Amino acid sequence: MSKTIQEIQEEIIDEFAMFDDWMQRYEYMIELGKTLPIIDEKYKIDENLIKGCQSKVWVHAELKDEKLAFTADSDAIITKGIVAILIRAFSNHHPSAIIEADTKFIDDIGLKEHLSPTRANGLVSMIKQLKMYAVAYQTQLK
Amino acid sequence: MSIATNNIAFNVEEIRKDFPILNREVNGYPLVYLDNAATSQTPKQVMDAIVDYYSNYNANIHRGVHSLSQEATDKYEAARIKIQQHFNAEKSHEIIFTAGTTHGINLVANGFASILKKGDEILVSALEHHSNIVPWQMLCEKTGAILKVIPMNEQGELIYESFEELLSEKTKMVFLNHVSNALGTINPIKKIIDKAHEKGAAVLIDGAQAAPHIKADVQALDVDFYVVSAHKMCGPTGVGVLYGKEEWLNKLPPYQGGGEMIATVSFEKTTYAGLPHKFEAGTPNICGGIAFGAALDYMNAIGFEAIARYEDELLDYATLKLQEIEGMKLYGTSREKTAVISFNIEGLHPYDIGTLVDKMGIAVRTGHHCAQPIMDFYKIPGTVRASFSFYNSKEEIDRFIEAVKKAKSMLS
Repeated sequence: MSKTIQEIQEEIIDEFAMFDDWMQRYEYMIELGKTLPIIDEKYKIDENLIKGCQSKVWVHAELKDEKLAFTADSDAIITKGIVAILIRAFSNHHPSAIIEADTKFIDDIGLKEHLSPTRANGLVSMIKQLKMYAVAYQTQLK
Repeated sequence: MSIATNNIAFNVEEIRKDFPILNREVNGYPLVYLDNAATSQTPKQVMDAIVDYYSNYNANIHRGVHSLSQEATDKYEAARIKIQQHFNAEKSHEIIFTAGTTHGINLVANGFASILKKGDEILVSALEHHSNIVPWQMLCEKTGAILKVIPMNEQGELIYESFEELLSEKTKMVFLNHVSNALGTINPIKKIIDKAHEKGAAVLIDGAQAAPHIKADVQALDVDFYVVSAHKMCGPTGVGVLYGKEEWLNKLPPYQGGGEMIATVSFEKTTYAGLPHKFEAGTPNICGGIAFGAALDYMNAIGFEAIARYEDELLDYATLKLQEIEGMKLYGTSREKTAVISFNIEGLHPYDIGTLVDKMGIAVRTGHHCAQPIMDFYKIPGTVRASFSFYNSKEEIDRFIEAVKKAKSMLS
C-alpha cells in the first residue's frame, strides 16, 4: 500500500524536524533538490514554465494508471529544492487526492516565508500549477 | 542649513544614529541594508517632518482662507523652492510635484502625444529601466513615431558614436537615465544633451538613480526635463518632481484633469491654471512634498560631495573584496559609476544567492532590476545587485562578503 499525500507530508515534516537552524534546513532542501525527477528536455518549453518565479521552473505531468506523475526542473538550486519537496508529496497520486491535498506542511518545515503570494519564488504558483494539472487530468478520467 | 561637513571627516557612526531602521534585526541578524538603489532609508529628521505636518498643520492647500491651510501651503511651497534651489532650476514653477519618477515620465510622454507626428523618431538608451521604455513605446503606438535604441558596450556604457549616428533631424526626443539602475553607469548626459539640441531634439533625463549621489544642475546641463523620486534620496515614497523648462511645460497639455489645475470651469469651456498647477490636478501629496524638502535639507547638510566621496570608497572596497571570490563576474564596469555592484557567481542563480544572504540579514536585490534589455544583452536571467548608501559601513560590507561566501559554499 503506497503512502498517502498526508503521510508523505508528515514524513517530510519529521525529516526537517531534525534540524534546528535555518542553514541546515536549507542545506537539506538543496540536497532534496538533487532527488527531483528531472523533466525531459523536450518538455522544457515556455508553455510548461511557471509564472511568478524569479527563477525558471518547468513542470510536466503524465497520467499512469490513474495516477499523476510529475517531473520538473529549475535553473535555481533552492527553487529546485522547493519543487522537489512538493513533487515528492504530490507525485504518483490520484488527481482527486492532489486536488484535495492541503499544503500546510510547508509551514511546518520552516519554509513559511516562501508561502507568501508576493514572494518572488513562486511557491504559491507552483502549488497552483500542480493542482491545475490534477484538475485537467481529473476531467479526463471522468 | 549649513553645508559645513564637507571638510570634516565623514562620520558614518554618527550618521547611522539618524536611521532607526538600521538597528533592527532580520532573521536573527542585524540588518545590513544594501538595496538602496530600490529605495533609501529614512532619517528621523524626515520622519519628524512627517509627524510635525500631521500633528500641527495638516490642511488642504492653495484654497483655504483659514490659517492652517495657509501654513500648509507655505510649507509646501517652501519645499518646492528648496527643490528648485537644489537642482538650480531658474524658476520655482518649473518644479512640478509628481507621484514619482514614473509619473513624471508618463506626464511628459503623454504631453508629447500631441506634438509628435508619424515618422518622428525617439531615441532611448539600452540602459533604461522599464519605466523609461514602456511609456515611449505606448507613445509610439499612439503617434506612429519610431523608437530607436542607443546600444551599450560590454562595460555597460552607452556607445556615444552610435548615438551620433542615430541622431538626425527626425529625432524629436532623446530619453535616457543619468545613472543606470541595474549597473550604476553614469551616462555622459551633458554631451548627449548638447548634441541632441543641435538637431532640435528635446531631452528627458531620468535622474532617479543619480539624485541620491549627484547634485544635478539643470541649468548647467541645459536639460529640458529631469525627473526624480524622493524615496531614493531619504524622502518618503509616492512623491517626486518633474523639472521642465518653462517653455516646454507651457507647450505640453495637462496630463490629468481635476481640482487645482483649472483657472475657470464651465460646461462650455475650462481654462487651465498656470504653471506649476496645470500639472498638479487634485490634492497633492502635501506631507510628502514637505518631507522631500526635509530630506534634501538632511542630505545637503552632510553634503553631496562628501557623500559621493564616501560612497566611492565603499564601492572600491566592496568591489575589491567581491573580486576575491572565485567565479565572480561583475556587470557594469564603467569607470564612471555610482555605488552599485551587479554580479553573478559562475554556475549559481542570483535568486539562490539573494535568498541565502537574506537569511543572514543582508538585503540585496536579485532579478532583472526592471531592465530586461540589459540582462538580454549579457544573456543572463538577472544579477545580484548590492547598492550602497552613505549610511552603510565597511563592517557591513564585510558581513555582506562573508554572507556571499557562505551562500556560495552552501550552493556548491
